[in-house]
Amino acid sequence: MSWIKDIVNPKLRLWEEFYRNRWQHDKVVRSTHGVNCTGGCSWNIYVKNGIVTWEMQATDYPKLENSLPLYEPRGCQRGIVYSWYVYSPLRMKYPYLRGVLMDLWESARTKHKDPVEAWASIVEDEEKRHEYQTARGKGGFRRAGWDQCLELIVASMLYTAKKYGPDRVIGFSPIPAMSMLSYAAGSRFLQLFGGVMLSFYDMYADFPPASPETWGEKTDVAESADWFNSKYIVVEGSNLSMTRTPDAHFVVEARHNGSKLVVLSPDLSQVSKHADWWIPVNAGMDGAMWMAVNHVILKEFHVDRQVPYFVDYLKRYSDTPFLIEIEKTADGHAAGRFLRANRLARYRDVENGEWKCVVLDSPSGQARMPQGSIGFRWQSQDGQWNLQLKDGLDGTDIDPQLSLIEGSEDVLQISFIDFGGGRTFCRGVPVRYIETIDGRVAVTTGLDLLMAQYGVPRGLAGDYPTSYDDEEIAYTPAWQEKFTGTGRNTVVQLAREFATTAEKTKGKCTIIVGSGINHWYHNNLHYRAGISALILCGCVGVNGGGMNHYTGQEKLTPMASWGTLANALDWVRPPRLQNGPSFHYVHSDQWRYERRHDDYHPPGGRFAREHFMDLQVDAVRMGWLPFYPQFNRNPIQLVRDAEEAGAHTVPEIADWTVNQLRTGKVRFSVEEPDLPENWPRVWLIWRANALHSSAKGQEYFQRHYLGTHSNAIADEVAQDTVQEVECRESAPQGKMDLVVDLNFRMDTSALYSDVILPSASWYEKNDLNTTDLHSYIHPLGAAVPPCWESRSDWDIFRALAEKTSELARTHFPDPFRDLVATPLLHDTRDEIAQPEVRDWTKGECEPVPGKTMPHLTVVERDYVNLAHRFNSLGPGVKEHGVEDHGIDMDVADLYDEFAKTVPAYEWNGHRYPSLKDAVDAANFVLFFAPECNGEVAYRGFKERERQVGLPLADLAESYRGVRYDFADLGKQPRRILTSPCWSGIVNNGRAYTGYAMNIERLIPWRTLTGRQHLYLDHEAYRAFGESYPTFKPRIPLANTLNLVNSKAFGKAVTLACITPHGKWHIHSTYYDDLRMLTLSRGVEPFWLNDKDAADIGVLDNDWVEAYNDNGVIVTRAVVSARIPRGICIFYHAPERTISFPKSPVRKNRRGGGTNSITRMRLKPVLMAGGYAQNCYRFNDYGPPATDRDTYVIVHKLEGKPQWD
Amino acid sequence: MNVRSQISMVFHLDKCIGCHTCSLACKNLWTDRPGTEYMWWNNVETKPGTGYPTLYEDQEQYDGGWVLEDGQLRLKLGSKKSELINLSYNPRLPTLDDYYHPWTYRYKDLIDAPLGDDQPVARPISMITGEDMEIEAGPNWDDDLSGSPIYAANDPNLGVLNEEEKRRFFELQQLVYFYLPRMCNHCLNPSCVAACPSGAIYKRGEDGIVLVSQEKCQGWRMCVSGCPYKKVYFNWNSGKAEKCILCYPRLEMGEAPACMHSCVGKIRYLGVVLYDADRIEESASRPESELVEAQRDMILDPFDPEVIREAANSGIDRKIVESAQKSPVFKFVKQWRMALPLHPEWRTLPMLFYVPPLLPVTATLNQQGFYEMETDFFSSLENARLPIRYMASLFSAGDESEVIAVYRKLLGVRIYKRAQTVGDISMETAQRALEEAHLTPEEVEGIFYLTALAGFDERLVVPPFMREQVVELGIDTQAFQEQRGAGFLYWPKRGL
Repeated sequence: MSWIKDIVNPKLRLWEEFYRNRWQHDKVVRSTHGVNCTGGCSWNIYVKNGIVTWEMQATDYPKLENSLPLYEPRGCQRGIVYSWYVYSPLRMKYPYLRGVLMDLWESARTKHKDPVEAWASIVEDEEKRHEYQTARGKGGFRRAGWDQCLELIVASMLYTAKKYGPDRVIGFSPIPAMSMLSYAAGSRFLQLFGGVMLSFYDMYADFPPASPETWGEKTDVAESADWFNSKYIVVEGSNLSMTRTPDAHFVVEARHNGSKLVVLSPDLSQVSKHADWWIPVNAGMDGAMWMAVNHVILKEFHVDRQVPYFVDYLKRYSDTPFLIEIEKTADGHAAGRFLRANRLARYRDVENGEWKCVVLDSPSGQARMPQGSIGFRWQSQDGQWNLQLKDGLDGTDIDPQLSLIEGSEDVLQISFIDFGGGRTFCRGVPVRYIETIDGRVAVTTGLDLLMAQYGVPRGLAGDYPTSYDDEEIAYTPAWQEKFTGTGRNTVVQLAREFATTAEKTKGKCTIIVGSGINHWYHNNLHYRAGISALILCGCVGVNGGGMNHYTGQEKLTPMASWGTLANALDWVRPPRLQNGPSFHYVHSDQWRYERRHDDYHPPGGRFAREHFMDLQVDAVRMGWLPFYPQFNRNPIQLVRDAEEAGAHTVPEIADWTVNQLRTGKVRFSVEEPDLPENWPRVWLIWRANALHSSAKGQEYFQRHYLGTHSNAIADEVAQDTVQEVECRESAPQGKMDLVVDLNFRMDTSALYSDVILPSASWYEKNDLNTTDLHSYIHPLGAAVPPCWESRSDWDIFRALAEKTSELARTHFPDPFRDLVATPLLHDTRDEIAQPEVRDWTKGECEPVPGKTMPHLTVVERDYVNLAHRFNSLGPGVKEHGVEDHGIDMDVADLYDEFAKTVPAYEWNGHRYPSLKDAVDAANFVLFFAPECNGEVAYRGFKERERQVGLPLADLAESYRGVRYDFADLGKQPRRILTSPCWSGIVNNGRAYTGYAMNIERLIPWRTLTGRQHLYLDHEAYRAFGESYPTFKPRIPLANTLNLVNSKAFGKAVTLACITPHGKWHIHSTYYDDLRMLTLSRGVEPFWLNDKDAADIGVLDNDWVEAYNDNGVIVTRAVVSARIPRGICIFYHAPERTISFPKSPVRKNRRGGGTNSITRMRLKPVLMAGGYAQNCYRFNDYGPPATDRDTYVIVHKLEGKPQWD
Repeated sequence: MNVRSQISMVFHLDKCIGCHTCSLACKNLWTDRPGTEYMWWNNVETKPGTGYPTLYEDQEQYDGGWVLEDGQLRLKLGSKKSELINLSYNPRLPTLDDYYHPWTYRYKDLIDAPLGDDQPVARPISMITGEDMEIEAGPNWDDDLSGSPIYAANDPNLGVLNEEEKRRFFELQQLVYFYLPRMCNHCLNPSCVAACPSGAIYKRGEDGIVLVSQEKCQGWRMCVSGCPYKKVYFNWNSGKAEKCILCYPRLEMGEAPACMHSCVGKIRYLGVVLYDADRIEESASRPESELVEAQRDMILDPFDPEVIREAANSGIDRKIVESAQKSPVFKFVKQWRMALPLHPEWRTLPMLFYVPPLLPVTATLNQQGFYEMETDFFSSLENARLPIRYMASLFSAGDESEVIAVYRKLLGVRIYKRAQTVGDISMETAQRALEEAHLTPEEVEGIFYLTALAGFDERLVVPPFMREQVVELGIDTQAFQEQRGAGFLYWPKRGL
């Protein structure tokens, strides 16, 4: 074997130093990536000669239980190429101003000594305003100075506050969890100023409304290690390998421990490769399959045979035993509201009796009021808000009857709508008659109603199916075939395996779900159908079980302390927080391109209005949703006017304002959003791609916000249908006076902004990071100082605060008062504000702030000292403590303790803990968070004990002395502590799973009955036919108005366009990274089925044009049978800055990205408020901006692509 | 017995999520210099597919590896003589188009564009010429492209299937793909070494890593042709061949290679194995059906007293033997026989082994035309979406029994664990599955542990390198510490 050369002699191998030299480095620093990927991975950043070279995953996560696989190495293909950005040609090294605006500004500044006056001279001149607005997005940037930019920005803000009000200054920065101090920097600054923060979770449609509907919680899910505990895993709408890249291994490993993996996905998605079963459910139709699965589970595991574990679970933890009134309707009977305790003689005088629900006690045969309903939460007596099955009146035991079929007094026919088949069924439901204080009423249980809704035959009269093979009757396995494309036998087998596994393992079945389901218009119904299966099989709150929704890095674990910092609650309260979907739907005028909401699903009753905008206006007036700007008047001026009219105290000012509203002298802005005084004016964007990947309906953003070019050709069609809103003749273009972007790279938002401030990247600043997917808290660490002239977000907003204080000496020399309107809030007494829907504007009730309309509060602001406030931790922490999930934690003594050990900041004769440096802020967050300081957790549990009346603080005993500070996190990731603000129990390395504490410690869910809700009795839900889980198919093309003006010509095909999260970028970040572009064909391609492609003469890698009335995409095709016919996939959020040529069908303007073809639509039922779990909370509630129901025409691009 | 130690790898393909993090870790560390842009020492391919460089498996085109001629091994490339004739012209070299033409973008235009009448955009340009270019190929061009008439359909391994079987890959009921990460196999019988006219390629004596000396390489590129896996590349800037170095600078410090460290699917296992170097030629010369078993035979049991003794005689440190005893590669390849070499028929004795992936079961259309799964509870052998013949074409030179044996084990472990942790499959059924798979319950727990639970240091067992001994052969170790360990690249010169 002469050719094999084994060489040992190092003299022949000196050259090997060549590669050793390349590997050598000087320093390794721990950091992570703030990119809303949910990864939250710990990375080692390598530095050589002061230059970042590359990154490798950290592998030192503390272990969980020995029976679980380890987390390391976390970190994916995108994270590992981040270092490319640091010195890339896209890097923002300096501040930039668009040349047109710079010229105007410099000229104005020579004429006006005062910057605010200079700004006025530009924006009040229509011609000048038009000049720089139309230049947006068209290049022409010039390097500018920091001070010049800061002055211009602050001048615009002060001008706006003075002329229109501070609530016309808005900020957008998403997902604080990914770099929570960078978020808090801007939000703290804005809340001190009186500006508005826009939400993100719902704007992205990542927020699953089914979660508050069922559990009263935004999202509370298992960490990924817990997937390993699951024995039956159904994945739908979540492409784990692509979007949960560092977590996917837990599912793969679980398979080798005997777990089955079923993937529901219309395309052969990447996770399908790991499936035992890949079921290609038709896009947007998953709910139909779950309806049939539930039909089988109910029939075989609840009727034919009863499983003791399931029965016990339903009785304790679900609303299914609660009594629901059957109402008489014009043509029969319908399910009504939960029967309330105060309607029964026995309970007529109990406190909050209209918020306490009842069950039928089996032994006594009487209606009884178990503890735990929301009325118990807000009553004066402590300790009854728990899930013990005891009578809230006298503490006697209750054994609720799940079904009334044994010994029913009557069977009433109730009508059910099959929204898929367009039919109505009448089905018999067993009832009892209960004597109430206003007469005898028929009632049934939640479970009986569910049996009827699912069409489970139990020998009752009515339109029940004869067998699983009945194709006509909802919701049999045969019925669902036509929607899902999946055979009945597969569905039956799935249901049986699922329920059997749950029975054998006591609930270790999970559904892992994400945006692939959640972005559909009827997402909540798809979710609720799946959730039903889990609850019916006792899988929620169990390790290895649960509805595990992952879309967006929404979990900011140390919420209680962080919320104080970010909302500046240590100085001012309440903050101005706005749900993004309503804001953009209204202000970017997308409502004008929308027809009637009954196109989607005709409701009854008061909700049978013509247009979404009408319901949006109602929701604001009744305090269901926030809306900013609040009124058509400056809220500072409003207070002055009130004072002038003799109102001085806060209640007096509120009363005066109510009267102004009642008489129409002051109006809500939402009632006439296009009036110039109601426009948002200044927009600060950071850590975001707000004008692109966040901009559902991007072309409308460009037209109506920016006043620049747009590819939309849709008609305005709302004017004839809206009733509650003033519809001006044509929609204004260019509402925004100034758009400011903080960025480390030239992305689409930067390209379209007026000012770009260079921000430090993730390897150049100190910050904190948490996620749903694991239970650690990570630091971002400065491996090198901020490069070139960039600064950390914290330092940028500190500089803006200082500039504000400087310029305010002229314009706001004294403290002043600002009227703040806020909606009815979850986790406050507002949850029991509106037992019934009453509209004060229709004279149905009195306008009472905080009850029938928004809260009205007066806040004192001090612009001259704004910077001091920003820089110091205010006394509000001592006074109010920290709060989350309705748990107030007293930390006054800890504040004093903290003050002794951290740097101080003195002003106005007082000494405060300093917040000047981001590390100071990090240490504040860590020290006051129950998840990072065992003492705070202990106190929180004590407080929860008081509310619940059961022992809880034992959970925190063992770690009461634990404290984490920022330096600790740099040494090794720290695991979060079991916290009263969350529901998982993580002691002794146990994996986090949502609602474990509810199950094991009998803490109620924050819902009407305190239990998990399958039935929602709010008037809106009943009107829209969504009170029980049901199925509504995806929106048909005609109703979307996508293709009214867009016509097909030549060889073309119309396809449903779905935009799941892709492989080579996280939203738009990393998309422009050369490494990722190299692996993704140099562009975001458009995936087509091979036969669809053949029909239109498109070969792999041909250029195609995809368009609808909203906009157009021009890119290359990928052809594969992996994609089913009739749909196309264009992965979410490629930057339109890279490689997108011009579009012949849109006058040769440059095409756009995923959001160019979308227009958002809001689901009215999700606006309901002031009613138990149907109650607003920032990012946690409200209608998501769904955009999945989108269609495009696709054809081959004519000729060669045109670039310039 | 001539005992050698070799660092060897197992890739558990069932666990691979196709993320390419491995490739990028490698790219960052080693190949983003001029001349290396197109190189991916580690790459990930979608199968069925044509790979990178495209169709590299087609040795009729590329003539890589070895062939057996009259019982003798010879390079398929031809004799040394014909090589020399071809030195300046080698038609069997892949062209840049077979890899891809590396590109970048005019990124600066986004910041520098003057005010225009439309949004500026960054256009693609060649990384080599700087000119505008159309992108027609990339390093993973057919990524995730199951059911592609251009790529999936032209996978050379599909040659073993009939037309009907091929057609079915385009139907939902049988659509399928999986990932195949590839890097240098650090072969025991490396054809790149044999093909090099300059003697620039060698195996390191202490660990078996195959390296191209950047001093001795003269850029003949015969190694590129000779390697059937196309894992040696030509650096057009330096004029030398380069290839995966198994991150020896990291290994020497006790750290796993970057691709393995960064493998987020945790599919990669690394450890040292001992083998009998006297048996290389004989093993590589066996009939195709015996190649897998012959290679397995060469790997020695590090617990065998005789092997331990012979290892000492061959100068292998006791610490290496102990490391070999902890090697997960030994377990997967030799003890459990679950990991197989890629294309053993090329006879290079590749030392990177693959556990083939489980795949979803097939489906049929019911009477109403709707999609019904086969009723198997788990993935199954009988209803697998890819015929065993395809896997055998990749991993066992066509020997289906080797592949079937692996699948029985993969399934046996799952069935047994199901019976144990859920109980809806009976223990009797599970026992039968173990019998078919020739597995004991202890082995099941071992396989399960290493597949699912093992930590970083148990999956990636880097042997001790004892660099002082290697250094000492060339220079006094303390002198090295003082002079070179501190790492001066340039010394100041005396005088002006």
